[in-house]
Amino acid sequence: MDAILLQTLNGLDKGSAYALIALGLTLIFGTLGVVNFAHGALFMVGAFCAVTVSRLLTLSYTVIDETRTDFLGNPMKVDMPYLKSWLGETVGGTIIDWSVPLAILFTIPVMLVLGYAMERGLIKHFYKRPHADQILVTFGLAIVLQELIKHYFGANPIPTPAPPMLTGSFDFGALVGMDPNQVIYPYWRLVYFLFSAAIIGAVFAFLQFTTFGMVVRAGMADRETVGLLGINIDRRFTIMFGIAAAVAGLAGTMYAPIISPNYHMGMDFLVLSFVVVVVGGMGSLPGAVLAGFLLGVLESFSSMNEIKNILPGIDQIIIYLVAIVILLTRPRGLMGRKGVMEE
Amino acid sequence: MSKSNLTRRGVLRTGAVAGAGLAMPTFFSAGSASAFVNDPGNGPVTLGFNVPQTGPYADEGADELRAYQLAVEHLNGGGDGGMLNTFSSKALQGNGINGHKVEFVTGDTQTKSDAARASAQSMIQKDGAIMITGGSSSGVAIAVQGLCQEAGVIFMAGLTHSNDTTGKDKKANGFRHFFNAYQSAAALAPVLASRYGKDRKFYMLTADYTWGWTQAASMKAFMEDQGWTMVEDVRTPLSATDFSSYMTEVQTSGADVLILNHYGGNMVNSLTNAVQFGLKDKTVNGKQFEIVVPLYSRLMAAGAGEAVKGILGSTNWHWSLQDEGSKAFVKSFGTKYGFPPSQAAHTCYVQTLLYADAVTRANSFNPCDVVAALEGFEFDGLGNGPTLYRADDHQCFKDVLVVQGKQNPESQFDLLEVVEKTPVDKVMYAPDNEFFAGGDLGTCNPGA
Repeated sequence: MDAILLQTLNGLDKGSAYALIALGLTLIFGTLGVVNFAHGALFMVGAFCAVTVSRLLTLSYTVIDETRTDFLGNPMKVDMPYLKSWLGETVGGTIIDWSVPLAILFTIPVMLVLGYAMERGLIKHFYKRPHADQILVTFGLAIVLQELIKHYFGANPIPTPAPPMLTGSFDFGALVGMDPNQVIYPYWRLVYFLFSAAIIGAVFAFLQFTTFGMVVRAGMADRETVGLLGINIDRRFTIMFGIAAAVAGLAGTMYAPIISPNYHMGMDFLVLSFVVVVVGGMGSLPGAVLAGFLLGVLESFSSMNEIKNILPGIDQIIIYLVAIVILLTRPRGLMGRKGVMEE
Repeated sequence: MSKSNLTRRGVLRTGAVAGAGLAMPTFFSAGSASAFVNDPGNGPVTLGFNVPQTGPYADEGADELRAYQLAVEHLNGGGDGGMLNTFSSKALQGNGINGHKVEFVTGDTQTKSDAARASAQSMIQKDGAIMITGGSSSGVAIAVQGLCQEAGVIFMAGLTHSNDTTGKDKKANGFRHFFNAYQSAAALAPVLASRYGKDRKFYMLTADYTWGWTQAASMKAFMEDQGWTMVEDVRTPLSATDFSSYMTEVQTSGADVLILNHYGGNMVNSLTNAVQFGLKDKTVNGKQFEIVVPLYSRLMAAGAGEAVKGILGSTNWHWSLQDEGSKAFVKSFGTKYGFPPSQAAHTCYVQTLLYADAVTRANSFNPCDVVAALEGFEFDGLGNGPTLYRADDHQCFKDVLVVQGKQNPESQFDLLEVVEKTPVDKVMYAPDNEFFAGGDLGTCNPGA
């Protein structure tokens, strides 16, 4: 029972990352009809936004500490963050500790601008080209982004901890009335799940309850008619690209404390997210979210030893097996509708 | 309509000639005047540094390359001479290798076996490298060692820790200074048993490739000798990044020790995950839960941040050692680059010196003479104390360091502290030991 509860929590947590990335992919595919292979890289850039903010907040000047020596026997140079010297040890230190949540404020504008620039600067030239060309150019872009990040941040993972009060773990089992010390779960993973749920809710509310969102939904259903009504749908779709990039970026920023960011983390998520999109149904936003959580949970359960002892290696292929079964039985995916993306 | 000139015979003939040409690498056909491949003659000698310059191990590769450049500088008489001054053999005079100025070329292994073989082959064939060295993975080391054996050049392995490199995949032209999985387990087991008690249940997560397998097998054998019981050994794919579902299994397994047979990025992520899931603060079976990382890399451990504190493991060398050799190396490296060298840098620097010294003592670049000079060679002053290059398997035997993540680091490099130096006789094994059986060293190949 405790193992099942733990794996469900894990699955929801993994699923929330998949769902956020798949949501962005679907937004781009549904609006612009572009298969964006650079989406994983946007997730990675988001994680490095957290690293950047943490570095900016810890910008330091050097103090020479005569009482200690460094590895060569010279007086030790100690880095003193400006924030701590300006605002004092407590306030400065707290701001530095909370760098990851603060990075959200940095990530949103950076990713909106990056998404906007990507769409206007490169991807719009590929709308009339075959999907294969779009895949190649976005994949190439992903590699460029990766190498740029590697150039500036190196190849090693960079630890980016969550605020101290959220770094530990808590007894989830005791909360739900089980024996204590059975189900221990990290705080930050729960925060991540709640955060994802909030972002997903916000995106849906935006599309559902604003005029802008209504026009975008209309454009997704029938771009030509909306254009004939005199609405500049292209401009709105460009903004949607920026929003999709921001969603991927936020997913990455908040993921930084879970896995120390490295330059190739995006690729690990990219392929899975495509499977999520296909399973959910191309162009279906609720489908992407549903499939994200479903596959996350399935992946977690399949990595239980009891299941792996019966079917060795199942945790590595379960997602693809499910994708095959769904595509055979429901070729449009779980929530794909007839006529969407099928011209 | 254009008319094709292709005929069946024409295609067959061209194909046969091209095939024969491709099948016979130039190092078998060229240089017949010399007794061995890539003879430097009277000119400078070229060494091939094959390190990961791209991919997830690029930072470790960069540190290896820094060490190689430093070694070349010292061999050619530049800098402060580093460990040339502390090396027990006094053959090296700072006049290159045996009077030949040392030059080098570099290749990028990308930490992929095929890419590493291709870059090594290119350095041997195009650049005339007479010795290949470097690497940050056992899969790569074994692949490149095989290639060097066929090509007839010496391979001085970089960071490779699998038993197989000098076990079932050993080769006469290949040499390893770095320690191995068996030695890590042999050094760690008594320390773990004395600190954590004899009655322990351990769970292992193991990277699913040659190094992980041999590390897991070694840890299992040595810990069971100490009276510990294994609950489960779970293989994790090398590409895994999120280990949360594995940690869940550990939590509910009833084990009270977790051994992470992971290296590099795997280690950073699995250790971080383990600590996030509260394993370090857990009490199981009435005992404090413990985590062990059999092979530490200080360079990579930095990626795990706070998570390494208090965690035991082993390492080949650490910059805080206070012997004359280590101090000299840290001083030269630190002065030139501004930070202390990693264990990967150390083993690469030492391997270059050992090769140069063997050539000088043999007074020949012929790989077979170099092999003879290195086999059974005993030396000191290179940072690990008295060391033997055993003739039977071309493995170095020296003391092994048991280290622990430091509780109060003084700087960003000060992550590990040495808690025990396991003497060499405790990590010695017979050449036909079951963990190393099955291979054949063969005979040296001079290539020509």
